[in-house]
Amino acid sequence: MGQIELKGVTKRFGDVEVIPPLDLMIDEGEFVVFVGPSGCGKSTLLRLIAGLEDVSGGHIEIDGADATDLPPAKRSLAMVFQSYALYPHMSVRKNIAFPLKMAKIDPAVAKEKVENAARVLNLGDYLERRPGQLSGGQRQRVAIGRAIVREPAAFLFDEPLSNLDAALRVNMRLEISELHQKLKTTMVYVTHDQVEAMTMADKIVVLRAGHIEQVGSPLELYRSPRNLFVAGFIGSPKMNFIEGAEAAKHDAHTIGIRPEHTLVSATEGRWKGKVTVSEHLGSDTFLHVETEHGLINVRGDGEVSLHAGDTAYLSPDESQLHRFDAQGMAI
Amino acid sequence: MSTQASRSAARLMISPSVILLFLWMAVPLGMTIWFSFQRYNLLMPGQTGFVGFQNYEYFLTDPAFFTALWNTLALVGGVLLITVIGGMLLALLLDQPVFGQGIVRILVIAPFFVMPTVSALVWKNMFYNPVNGIFGYISEFFGFQPYDYLAHAPLLSITIIVAWQWLPFATLILLTALQSLDSEQLEAAEMDGASIWSRFIYIMVPHLSRAATVVILIQTIFLLSTFAEILVTTNGGPGNASTTLTYLVYVQSLLQFDVGGGAAGGVVAVILANIVAIFLMRMIGKNLEA
Repeated sequence: MGQIELKGVTKRFGDVEVIPPLDLMIDEGEFVVFVGPSGCGKSTLLRLIAGLEDVSGGHIEIDGADATDLPPAKRSLAMVFQSYALYPHMSVRKNIAFPLKMAKIDPAVAKEKVENAARVLNLGDYLERRPGQLSGGQRQRVAIGRAIVREPAAFLFDEPLSNLDAALRVNMRLEISELHQKLKTTMVYVTHDQVEAMTMADKIVVLRAGHIEQVGSPLELYRSPRNLFVAGFIGSPKMNFIEGAEAAKHDAHTIGIRPEHTLVSATEGRWKGKVTVSEHLGSDTFLHVETEHGLINVRGDGEVSLHAGDTAYLSPDESQLHRFDAQGMAI
Repeated sequence: MSTQASRSAARLMISPSVILLFLWMAVPLGMTIWFSFQRYNLLMPGQTGFVGFQNYEYFLTDPAFFTALWNTLALVGGVLLITVIGGMLLALLLDQPVFGQGIVRILVIAPFFVMPTVSALVWKNMFYNPVNGIFGYISEFFGFQPYDYLAHAPLLSITIIVAWQWLPFATLILLTALQSLDSEQLEAAEMDGASIWSRFIYIMVPHLSRAATVVILIQTIFLLSTFAEILVTTNGGPGNASTTLTYLVYVQSLLQFDVGGGAAGGVVAVILANIVAIFLMRMIGKNLEA
């Protein structure tokens, strides 16, 4: 249960093609993250899978059966919305029980399921409260609870953490990952935050303008990005790109080097530059260095004592160099 | 510089308007109560004097009183029922994206701008009239005897006229409420397996309940004083089949020239209106709490 396959799926709004023909296979039990800049069609893709939008062409298969024309409720998928979409006039208990009530499940069985879900999500003390009386994280858990009780083939998450503050986001990220370990259900997760994608995913799908740029495990994408876009999108701080003579030395149109793969020194190195901004985080030091090849970001350890205005020498780790051709594809 | 002096100066300066507003309300109320205890009939000059609760006794034991009370409640209840339910359905329709949406909305709102006497006359002469009215014409077209609505179902006919006037108001308020409903909630309900009907009952109606409460409260205030529509169409008749409390007070004081009796009726109407208001607030007022 929980295998989703997209075959040549397209979506047009009027004359605008938001998603050109797209194929994707989501395996049973996988945690798949759709990531991309805003407006890349990742939410639309999720809504197509959910059935909230109709496809303009192609097929969607769930567990091998064609689900293209099935209404959302019949696809055995559950969705968690960005705004949580809780029903404000119902208590937490009624919110979680709503899908069961709609499925006309015996109230005694439903009660049992609601309480199980509440226990899994630590919502036991809040069952009689209204959504308006809960914090953001608790509301998020209620929304997840409402999805769990249906025992769906797959969960769909539409940027579920973007309304939470940074600390809570890290917590909920963990909780969702733990939930996935516990339930072993397929999860499809949409986010624009590459950190969320890297930490949670079994498989990341990088999207740009409706196109799939690359599919792979987090480390695959990090180690061998297929093109400039993926290279720049995955990893934080961003990969540095250098064009021109320096790139030509490596038989490439553009070379890329990650900030963490560049050695920084105050005395010697390959590229000389001037520090414009330095950020000392204790564990790490981020330096913005203006060199003859342009602005390069570097990450050093906490001991680096360079400050704005100082001269710095940078030496890229040759083995970690990424090479791209004129079309931006990796060589 | 909020000193004692400036504060009393402020009080002094707003006092004229406060006093004026107070007198504006208190004098008519006081005079009404005063007259309600007087024998004061314009047809019998000279026979004035204090009569205690006699005016009230006459008004409350008038056989027309209970008919009028019932008619008032039926009129208000009927109009509320039609406007709230009809308003919800119209709001649902108007919320759909259609070609010419702006014009359709203006057309729907239009009846609210027609003054009550005019709309009542239009309904009386162009719709209900068995000879010239369109309903009579339609009946004849299908081979039926034209029905004289205002003679045979006067209260229902007036209810329909008043409901026609207030439907736009209810529609407008409910439409804005409907537009403020988060579409993700409806989508979530759809994912949860709720049918269109369930989505309406479990998501939309609760969301609209607050707006509906406002509609009911405001309309009740105005509907209790419905007068022009009755005067123009049936004059409270036939008999007193369409006489409401408001109309009965008018008959007492301006047709029978009994100022004392009319005043007593007015006080009774004020008390009854307050009772209705208390009941309404008890029943639906909790919807207004956040």
